[in-house]
Amino acid sequence: MASRRVVFRYPRHLIDVPVVSHLARNYDLEFNILRANITPQSEGVMVVGLEGSEENLRQGLAWARDQGVAVQPLERDVVRDEDKCTHCGACITICPTQALYRIAETQEVLFDSDRCIACELCVPACPPRAMQVKF
Amino acid sequence: MAKTYQEINEKIRRGEVVVVTAEEMIDVVEEDGPAGAAEKVDVVTTGTFGPMCSSGAVLNFGHSTPRIKVTQAWLNDVPAYGGLAAVDLYVGATEVVEGDPLNAQHPGEFHYGGGHVIQELIAGKDVRLRVVAYGTDCYPRKELDTWINIADLNECTLLNPRNCYQNYNVAVNVSRDRDIYTYMGVLKQELGNANYCSAGQLSPLMNDPYYRTIGIGTRIFLGGAQGYVFWPGTQHDPTVARAENGVPKGGAGTLSVVGDMKQMDAKWVVGVSMYGYGVSLTVGVGAAIPILDEEMALYTAVKDEDIVAPIVDYSRGYPYNEGGPLGYANYKQLRSGSIELDGKQVPTGSLSSYPRAREIAAILKDWIQRGEFYLTEPVQLLPSADSGRAFKALRERPVQPEVV
Ligand code: SF4
Ligand code: SF4
Repeated sequence: MASRRVVFRYPRHLIDVPVVSHLARNYDLEFNILRANITPQSEGVMVVGLEGSEENLRQGLAWARDQGVAVQPLERDVVRDEDKCTHCGACITICPTQALYRIAETQEVLFDSDRCIACELCVPACPPRAMQVKF
Repeated sequence: MAKTYQEINEKIRRGEVVVVTAEEMIDVVEEDGPAGAAEKVDVVTTGTFGPMCSSGAVLNFGHSTPRIKVTQAWLNDVPAYGGLAAVDLYVGATEVVEGDPLNAQHPGEFHYGGGHVIQELIAGKDVRLRVVAYGTDCYPRKELDTWINIADLNECTLLNPRNCYQNYNVAVNVSRDRDIYTYMGVLKQELGNANYCSAGQLSPLMNDPYYRTIGIGTRIFLGGAQGYVFWPGTQHDPTVARAENGVPKGGAGTLSVVGDMKQMDAKWVVGVSMYGYGVSLTVGVGAAIPILDEEMALYTAVKDEDIVAPIVDYSRGYPYNEGGPLGYANYKQLRSGSIELDGKQVPTGSLSSYPRAREIAAILKDWIQRGEFYLTEPVQLLPSADSGRAFKALRERPVQPEVV
């Protein structure tokens, strides 16, 4: 048995295709959706933990790619250095999953790591470089 | 009933002064009216914390033995300007570390520069100083490579020619095919986002729109310490269009500010990297505004919804000086998370930190209540709306080859 964490990004037209349940059924993979986010404007993004035989994993992911899903292993996490964050708000429109978002009342910018797909788009866009890649 | 600076300072001395932040003043004026508020409140504190280009530090590192006169110098490999004297340096916030690939592979990341050196000095970190010199009879030494620390410097002064912009643009990108990387942050194509950069109702010059109290000699919060306004900032442009409440409808007044870095706190002076643009310095500035009369009470009660900023296209309009603003948005709309433009909801982000601006106004309030900060009457006012002073663009003139 092997397990893997992967990020699926689907173009809009694939959002209705039940990719994950198909993988489970046809490739005998156990799955666990760690994070999912599908917003109307953007593509769908999902972080999935998959478990199964090495061969089934390989074939299943190849099938998903054939469907037009971008498959990326999730090996690193993005974290925020809270001491460095100035709550400026330069990241909130950059983050595709709203893992970085602003509280209306205080105008503070919060980071919800459960919604983060480690796309790293915020890392160079954060002026004091509070968003960092953790290996 | 008008109040004087002396009367307010006397109240500070006696511990009887009434201070509120610019946010709190909104409610006071709503409840008591401007006349009542002017009676009740003595001082309104403000704050802003955003990237402020045109910032830098002057430092005197002391004479070595034998003596040296700087020809070229670097602080942590960031070039510093030495054409002032023998051992005086000026390091500018936007100077990029030597050897940086810049935008050779666009967008460059710009990890380090003058802004970061300034923050590290204030944080008390050792900084490497390298100097080369041509050597003279009085300054014979030609090379120097050493560590310096702010504690050992004779002077280390933050000297910023332009800070604290009174209002600013909202930056968008109307192009259809490319994201752009600007000093206003990453702007996504087809109006993908809109970035603003002002503390709005908390910002110093929004609360004193005609510079009645903030002028040359005004004591301020600067980088966590007490500093001063020493001149109108570069590009000070007081004659722009104003709304009925006197607040400019775009970038207008600016301040030159100065303060002792040895007393500052690195939390309030932060080196920043702007993706694809370069480096800069985020600076915390706050002013304490005396409520001399009803008019000042009214000015300091200005609200986000009453301050508008021009929406400017940075893919073409700004870089090529083409066209005017695409529209206006007020700061309440901007802070709500999105604005409407061309029938589209555009998500908003910002570069200036509102929570930090709030903290600065609160610190300044605390200093005054504890009798640690006194108000100063400007020795001279800044040019205002009636000055006729306007911002000029460069008029280029052909350069003829020299006749030998
Ligand atoms: S861009 Fe960086 S500093 Fe600004 S709010 Fe986001 S994480 Fe914090
Ligand atoms: S890496 Fe940054 S931009 Fe990407 S999802 Fe996580 S928080 Fe958002």
